[in-house]
Amino acid sequence: MSALLEVKNITKIFPKVRANDGVNLTVEEGEIHAILGENGAGKSTLMNIIYGLYKPDSGELKLSGETLNLSGPHEAIEKGIGMVHQHFMLIPVLTVAENIVLGAEPGGISYNKKKANELIREISKNYHLEIDPDAKVKDLSVGLQQRVEILKAFYRHAKLLILDEPTAMLTPQETEELFGIMRRLKEQGISIIFISHKLDEVKEISDKVTVMRRGKTVGTLNTKDTNEQELANLMVGREVVLRVEKSEYKPGDVVLSVKDLTVADEQNIEKVKNVSFEIRGGEIFGLAGIDGNGQTELIEALMGLRQIKSGVIKYQNSDIEKLPTRERYKLGISYIPQDRQQEGLIMKFSVADNLILKEYKDSRYSKNGVIQYKKVFENASKKVEEYDIRPTDYTLLAGNLSGGNQQKIILAREVGSNPKLLIAVQPTRGMDVGAIEYIHKKLLELRDGGSAILLVSLELEEIMSLSDRIGVIHNGVIMDVLDGKSATREKIGLLMAGSQIDAKEVEV
Amino acid sequence: MKEILLNPQLWSATLAMATPLALPALGGTFSERSGVVNIAMEGIMLIAAFFAVLFAHLTGSAWLGLLGAVIVGMIVAVIFAWAAVTLTADQVILGMAINIFASGFTAYLLNTIFGFSGTPTDTPMLPNINIPIIKNIPFVGQILSGNSIIVYLMIILIFASDYFLFHTNLGLRIRAVGENPEAAETAGINVIKLRYLGVALSGLFSAIGGAYLSIGLLNSFSTDMSSGRGYIALAAMIFGKWTPFGSFGAALLFGFATALSMQLQNSALSKNIIMMLPYILTVLALVGVGGKSVSPAADGVPYTPKK
Repeated sequence: MSALLEVKNITKIFPKVRANDGVNLTVEEGEIHAILGENGAGKSTLMNIIYGLYKPDSGELKLSGETLNLSGPHEAIEKGIGMVHQHFMLIPVLTVAENIVLGAEPGGISYNKKKANELIREISKNYHLEIDPDAKVKDLSVGLQQRVEILKAFYRHAKLLILDEPTAMLTPQETEELFGIMRRLKEQGISIIFISHKLDEVKEISDKVTVMRRGKTVGTLNTKDTNEQELANLMVGREVVLRVEKSEYKPGDVVLSVKDLTVADEQNIEKVKNVSFEIRGGEIFGLAGIDGNGQTELIEALMGLRQIKSGVIKYQNSDIEKLPTRERYKLGISYIPQDRQQEGLIMKFSVADNLILKEYKDSRYSKNGVIQYKKVFENASKKVEEYDIRPTDYTLLAGNLSGGNQQKIILAREVGSNPKLLIAVQPTRGMDVGAIEYIHKKLLELRDGGSAILLVSLELEEIMSLSDRIGVIHNGVIMDVLDGKSATREKIGLLMAGSQIDAKEVEV
Repeated sequence: MKEILLNPQLWSATLAMATPLALPALGGTFSERSGVVNIAMEGIMLIAAFFAVLFAHLTGSAWLGLLGAVIVGMIVAVIFAWAAVTLTADQVILGMAINIFASGFTAYLLNTIFGFSGTPTDTPMLPNINIPIIKNIPFVGQILSGNSIIVYLMIILIFASDYFLFHTNLGLRIRAVGENPEAAETAGINVIKLRYLGVALSGLFSAIGGAYLSIGLLNSFSTDMSSGRGYIALAAMIFGKWTPFGSFGAALLFGFATALSMQLQNSALSKNIIMMLPYILTVLALVGVGGKSVSPAADGVPYTPKK
């Protein structure tokens, strides 16, 4: 084998950070090379440099021995570099064919639909990636959309395929399918760069793995000679506890009881259908499911942010479905929303102000409608210390803190009020391993104190390691509620994909 | 009422009144499909209307008047594109600024160049065209024949625009840029260039529409003579779901309302109420009567390429 891509000493500096700091990487022909690193380690920056979207400040790129000086993605594409971005670069209203040929359409002035479809069928066949060229991209599942992205690369004759966190949006089954595709492509001589922060996936699919930390490449290993623990330690730079330590499950009284709940979206399409479940004190109830299967609508209904069509929501034995959000807060329900920057915080308010967003009217902080800043700051300095929010200056704007610390502000506000019920939606989304450890610890502390927690997450690992019971939602229906200890990845995966019968068979 | 509807004058007036709406609506379709909201079309029409008269008067040729109007209109459009696309300024505020500027600028030029007597009465006009055979058909001939050449040009442009936007590679790229500029860029497309093209085309079409007002329908310029047509054109474009044929259909509807209000001026109904008709239709169009229209996803959102 010979080197296809060589990255030598690449440095890229953004106004505040050295995103890439002397990065080195060699990808051989026909290998699957994983790039592993925490969020902000510089993986995406490096890929954008290889794809010509960013210009490096120094260093050298070589493809098949030839030095690359890319002025934009069009040149990278010409040289045979294809990239599937984490957020798909597709145009939903256009057809599959139009998306694939865009930028290099066959024929002269007029769009030659017949020719385009023909070319795509041919590539589909060569790479075993079936697709209907005339389908609109918006009607395809996430897995198929990803397939369109891969086909886009091969339409442009890619030799090197960069997959940026390709499994983030997939079900376990779709992930397996993708891995199958990757193995086949490898056999056909395609080199693949696989970016991930999931250790098990890296271990399963890659030949080599390069670990990045704080903009630097800290080492390249042969996958078969390493293990998950070693990779995790390299990634974080210290000894990491991969397993969550959880105390014994001691369920108390029912705190939240949902019965026959039906919720519709803005188009009046039912997104939650007749859902019933209970959560007890001292318990973490995990809600697993693929994004967009009714989780958002369910949570918004529970929080009073969305009207329900029918059903009952009981909190500590009283009906709350008609209460406004503020009243629900007052009863001791807390909420960590999915989008911390849009819903969780006001980015242009200080940390101190954000910490009292729910309680500013409370007599503790306000007198005759005037906010008592002395009290607000006392509260802030206490919370900043307790929740290790950095930097500790609570007069800074929330928007100036890192993502992990922003989440800690929310955590301090929502967990700090000692709720009887906490609804946490993707509480560790986009966090690095260290911050995840911390948030998980806080959630477990709350559970051990007797509170009920509804944990919604797209990360199966997170659901499985924290939950005492796991509900799986598919297409607005809770398919089944599983015991947290005995649930398997495969079984949850099948339920997420909506196949009830298959799941039962697996159980046998 | 039946009398009015059977009067061919009503229908030829509909066509005549639809033309200065359909042209900028077509222009707006290109601009917004590429992702730029161009409300400066109102101002571009007004400026073009003035320069059409000026050049026609100076050269003695209505055709050179049209050419001059188009060149000036496209210059204004490119200035708008430079501020909106390259400098990523707020497109709506920018458009308003150009419109207010256009109003004052043309009034000032009118007074300084032509004095208080207005534009000269001997300014040449663009010709009307009689179509052989069709002109002899009763009723239909009176409507379809004998219109200004710009009316026929507009009809050709509608078909050409539809083909360009939906059946050519360049049209596909323009639509891609207006939907997801990042995706277009990663496919190797120059987003900035195509947005300039979209805005320039909106300038071209608006300028033809403006020239039609001053040297097609009349042979004079008066202050603020575009009287909101650039805005109504935007409504027609939305009503028409950002398609050339849809825009034309909506422009015909608005044109009909205007024509009807002219025909009804002698009836018992108050003229002022009837004059409101096109604007009421505009409001209804904007609030989504006749189906919710979905705008291009990146419409009005400035794009900054990564560096």
